[in-house]
Amino acid sequence: MFERIKGLKFHKKQDVAIVGAGITLFRRRMNETGKELSYYAVKQALEEAGLEISDIDMVVMGSAPDSFDGIHMKGEYLLDGSGGSNRPYMRVFVGGGTGVFAPIAGYWHVASGLADVCLVITEEKMSSVHPHPQSAFKYIWDPILDRPLNPNLIWIFALEMRRYMHENNIKHEDIALVSVKNKGNALDHPAAQVAEKITVEDVLSSEPMALPVRRLDVSPPSDGASALIMVAPHIARQLTDEPVWVDGVGWALDTTWWTNRDLYFPRYVAEAAKMAYKMAHITDPRKEIDVAEPYDPFDYKELHHMEGLGLAKKGEAPILTREGVTARDGDLPVCPSGGLLGVGNPIAATMGVKVAEIYWQLAYRAGKRQVAKEVTTGVAQAWGDLMQVGTVMVLSNKR
Amino acid sequence: MAVGKKNISAPLYVEGHGIEAEDLKEGKVTYVEDHPDIRYQFTAGQAISKFLNGLKEGKILATKCNKCRRVMVPPRMFCELCYRPIDEWVELEDTGTVETFSISYIDPDARPLDEPEIVAVISIDGASPKMGILHKLGEVEPDKVYIGMKVKAVWKLPEEREGMITDILYWKPIEG
Repeated sequence: MFERIKGLKFHKKQDVAIVGAGITLFRRRMNETGKELSYYAVKQALEEAGLEISDIDMVVMGSAPDSFDGIHMKGEYLLDGSGGSNRPYMRVFVGGGTGVFAPIAGYWHVASGLADVCLVITEEKMSSVHPHPQSAFKYIWDPILDRPLNPNLIWIFALEMRRYMHENNIKHEDIALVSVKNKGNALDHPAAQVAEKITVEDVLSSEPMALPVRRLDVSPPSDGASALIMVAPHIARQLTDEPVWVDGVGWALDTTWWTNRDLYFPRYVAEAAKMAYKMAHITDPRKEIDVAEPYDPFDYKELHHMEGLGLAKKGEAPILTREGVTARDGDLPVCPSGGLLGVGNPIAATMGVKVAEIYWQLAYRAGKRQVAKEVTTGVAQAWGDLMQVGTVMVLSNKR
Repeated sequence: MAVGKKNISAPLYVEGHGIEAEDLKEGKVTYVEDHPDIRYQFTAGQAISKFLNGLKEGKILATKCNKCRRVMVPPRMFCELCYRPIDEWVELEDTGTVETFSISYIDPDARPLDEPEIVAVISIDGASPKMGILHKLGEVEPDKVYIGMKVKAVWKLPEEREGMITDILYWKPIEG
């Protein structure tokens, strides 16, 4: 046995700043290929940063299951549009968690000193697969124990939502408020797919999918891409007066035996948040975080994840929502972008409404979506795989 | 695009719209139908093989880790938390408790079902708390199901069992 000091170390060679971001429209079907979508997002991010593709040292690409596109190893296929030709290029993938995991990978490229300028590009085209993107999700289940039961992916969310409601005594009405808030926020997002003014009634009377989950509890399948430019401090200072810094990153996975854990609390998010907060020296997230973009593919998921992120106590997130604390002009704005429920859910490309949104908020570049309060610190989070991965990134505009 | 303060010249060229079944029929969408002849033979593995053979005999088998004292189902050959081999096999009752459930109106391709089905996570009696499996409920009205309901496995006839999770047809409420 060897001796070691317990716990993770967060040694880094240099700080990491975000200086540009890009996002395409999120839509059910785009006439563009994945390569073309990637190009548009990257081009925007480069322009915002004031850089050329030749300035990029390394490229991280994030994209979810190959089965969406019917192209195996699509990381390679998407190379050209991703700006990865003839430079170090890699794809990372943890299902829905990829939207925050890809920038985490970009972070370690720069923090380690391997790259000074790293481009992170995420893309998803969910509309290629027929009859429905759900058909591709058939292949995430355990082939022996689960698949013979003919499962639909919505099942697990419905099971989790029911457990969360039961354990914390929460009504569907309280959860529907999240969908109302986020779809409303999305009205101000230029890329949004399903922005609309709806009521709690609309959610509760929408088509049943797998109860308690109804149509308006769910984000839509989407196509889209988004990009970030992550750079070392000496580059950031040359490019902008208002860089946004990555203060902490964290990721964790819970067991694949998902039926063997209590589904009311996302432990994978709590563990990931613990790592990110420790790195960012955050001890009281509810007080120290000014704006949050938790992953909201379902309305209950925003509440679930707020509690995992320590922004609310267990069972408290619906109360904060009802009291308007999480509104864009509230004390703790949550999903001011409109989130996945309002802007759309192109799995990995949701980086654009999670990490990029926090970047835009902290750089005061969010336009009509800019939150009312003064902001210095924000958190973005994503979740995915077989409901088991949490990825968290803490950003700040202070140094 | 007016995302930021800076005037970005790169426009959102992308033109998206919803896809209709008509678009496919009228050939507006490039459409390739592909039936690759790929088949998979999955290895059930040491633990799940024994579990499946147990199902064939109408038994639910679990494994036990003497370090963390968990009785685990579905069984595994190693405890993923203690990271050591399991110590023994135990047979469980074919009864359990509904931990959570859903009434599903859609099939795996998101097509509507004629009759909704009830799916549940059922924790098995005799295993450690919350040791659930995914399965279906039957012989019960959807609005009668509740979390905490005691249920019992309804098995296929012995000669019809194939060593599959579907050797249990569904779980039904225990009377009283």
